[in-house]
Amino acid sequence: MIEEYLPLIIMLVLGFGVAVLFLYLAEWLGARRTTHGKQTTYESGMEPLGTARDRFSIKFYMVAVSFIVFDIEVVFMYPWAVQVGELGLVAFWTMTVFMLILFAGYFYELKKGGFEWD
Amino acid sequence: MSLSVLLFGILSILAVASALITVISKHPVRSAISLVFHFFMLAGLYLTLNAQFIAAIQVLVYAGAIMVLVIFVIMLLNLENENKLKSKYNILQWSAFLLGLGLVFLLGVTYLSTGTGLQFAPEIAANNSTAQALGKALFEGYIFPIEAIGILLTGAIVGAIVLAKKKLS
Amino acid sequence: MNDIVWIIVEAVAKVLFLVLILQLTAAATVYLERKISAFIQIRVGPNRVGPWGTLQPFADVLKLFLKEDIVPKAADKFFHSLAPIISLGIALAVWAVIPFGDYFMIGDRKIMLGVAPDVNIGVLYVLAMTSLGVYGITLAGWSSNSKYSLLGGLRSSAQMISYELSMGLSLLAVVMMASSFSLNDIVAIQEGWGGWKWNIFLQPVGFFIFLTAAFAETNRAPFDLPEAEPELVGGFNTEYSGMKFGMFFLAEYANVATSSALISLIYLGGWALPFSPEAIGMQEGSILFALLQTLVFVLKVIFMIFFFVWVRWSIPRFRYDQLMYLGWKVLLPLSLLNALVTAAVIVFAI
Repeated sequence: MIEEYLPLIIMLVLGFGVAVLFLYLAEWLGARRTTHGKQTTYESGMEPLGTARDRFSIKFYMVAVSFIVFDIEVVFMYPWAVQVGELGLVAFWTMTVFMLILFAGYFYELKKGGFEWD
Repeated sequence: MSLSVLLFGILSILAVASALITVISKHPVRSAISLVFHFFMLAGLYLTLNAQFIAAIQVLVYAGAIMVLVIFVIMLLNLENENKLKSKYNILQWSAFLLGLGLVFLLGVTYLSTGTGLQFAPEIAANNSTAQALGKALFEGYIFPIEAIGILLTGAIVGAIVLAKKKLS
Repeated sequence: MNDIVWIIVEAVAKVLFLVLILQLTAAATVYLERKISAFIQIRVGPNRVGPWGTLQPFADVLKLFLKEDIVPKAADKFFHSLAPIISLGIALAVWAVIPFGDYFMIGDRKIMLGVAPDVNIGVLYVLAMTSLGVYGITLAGWSSNSKYSLLGGLRSSAQMISYELSMGLSLLAVVMMASSFSLNDIVAIQEGWGGWKWNIFLQPVGFFIFLTAAFAETNRAPFDLPEAEPELVGGFNTEYSGMKFGMFFLAEYANVATSSALISLIYLGGWALPFSPEAIGMQEGSILFALLQTLVFVLKVIFMIFFFVWVRWSIPRFRYDQLMYLGWKVLLPLSLLNALVTAAVIVFAI
């Protein structure tokens, strides 16, 4: 059983291995002539003002929360989706109600302006 | 030594190491990323138990969704260094330590009282943890809990909006 | 035990071959993009290095390797290096579950065309890897400690997670039809009827949603806001140079190839041929027939890559609020409805 997934694990390890190799090759082959100017952060030719470590809009946080909620919803739908036919009517109506409940949440967020970007 | 036991050894060492880094590191982003790595190793452990569906969901939900939110929050609040928060949360740290000890105690008692010793039985998991088997179990015995989860998730959306909107106004 | 050694040898050989092919595909895609965009704008495009400029991408990669790797003083060194590794590593690793054809036999050993195309979580693996791709970009934006990078990275990750939902839901409808998460099984249900069983005909709404989401996931025009040059310079890779920049670049083009492969497998019939091997005098499982399947698949992938390039140079960029509007208010409800209707048809009609 695990044998079936061994190629998958090998692919993951070697895929990241190649990426690390690229990084080392670049370090080995690349030129090294560092000056102060090169190492300053880019800000359209000006001296950088402050840092970029600043607070940003809460909207990104809202997107992430909405994403988690709907992602978990989709996760519950996968075991149902692979056997919609076999599970039949009861499961279908269960999932319809499940989706309707979540759609109420979606509608609330829509009306409260959770998806607005202005 | 069979292949799955070997993989279990490698994955569990990496999992424990990354979990330790998560707890010990003073740098919030470093903690978060090593937690993502930990979830990845955990998914690998599920694979050695033949729970492929759970393994995929582990990466999809925990590493791919929840940790993204955690990173967003770390960046949003600009938590550069944990040390700034240290004095405030002394009681929390101690209670976390005590709760952790309690968990170790509980696990120890459970392990000793069952008396089965270390068992590694991927054959048993193989039939019970495919997406099909999970779906059958869910939709034949747990219809009410599914709807309850739906209500819980809707509650999460409403809660997030109430909190975010209060901050905005 | 001997069996496991063979599995490992086969897997390592396939993976190394696949990684090589992917690098070449990414290079070829870069060349195609430059050439096609040149023709669209009535220019000539690269034509100096090699015949018709075909060696240009190799020269570019060599140049990137030899360039200096500049890390800004204010950056977090560790994550600045980790971000491109995550991006490229994931772009390569997704290919583990993608089949290039059915299989062929060497003696009595069945060789699948693909690293692990038969695993029962193929679609979920693809989605999980796509969701991890967010980290490469977020970390690149955050670790550079530059305002442009941070904004580009944030925009990009918010965009990717927004469209991931619609992508997952449109795949859900296909999973319902195939009753399996394996990409090989999804191809198998599209066989026969001379191509009329392709999911593009049975799932037109799902196809449209997946296509749109694929453009957003790969950060390609018309959704290339993370690197909208006029406002954000280079977006999340503003502070990257040399091969670290090259790794993001390779990852982007590898992702274009991945999306093209997924679209052709899931909606355009993949490697399925409209006739059985016996009809043209070949045997099931012969190498020649497997090559024919791979050829059909590769042609479809090349067409989709061309389509990606064509769209980029023809359609103007969306505004960020329009992008979010499309993702959350149009595609999400539409894909949910599509999944529900598909389920209803399967439950009530069959």
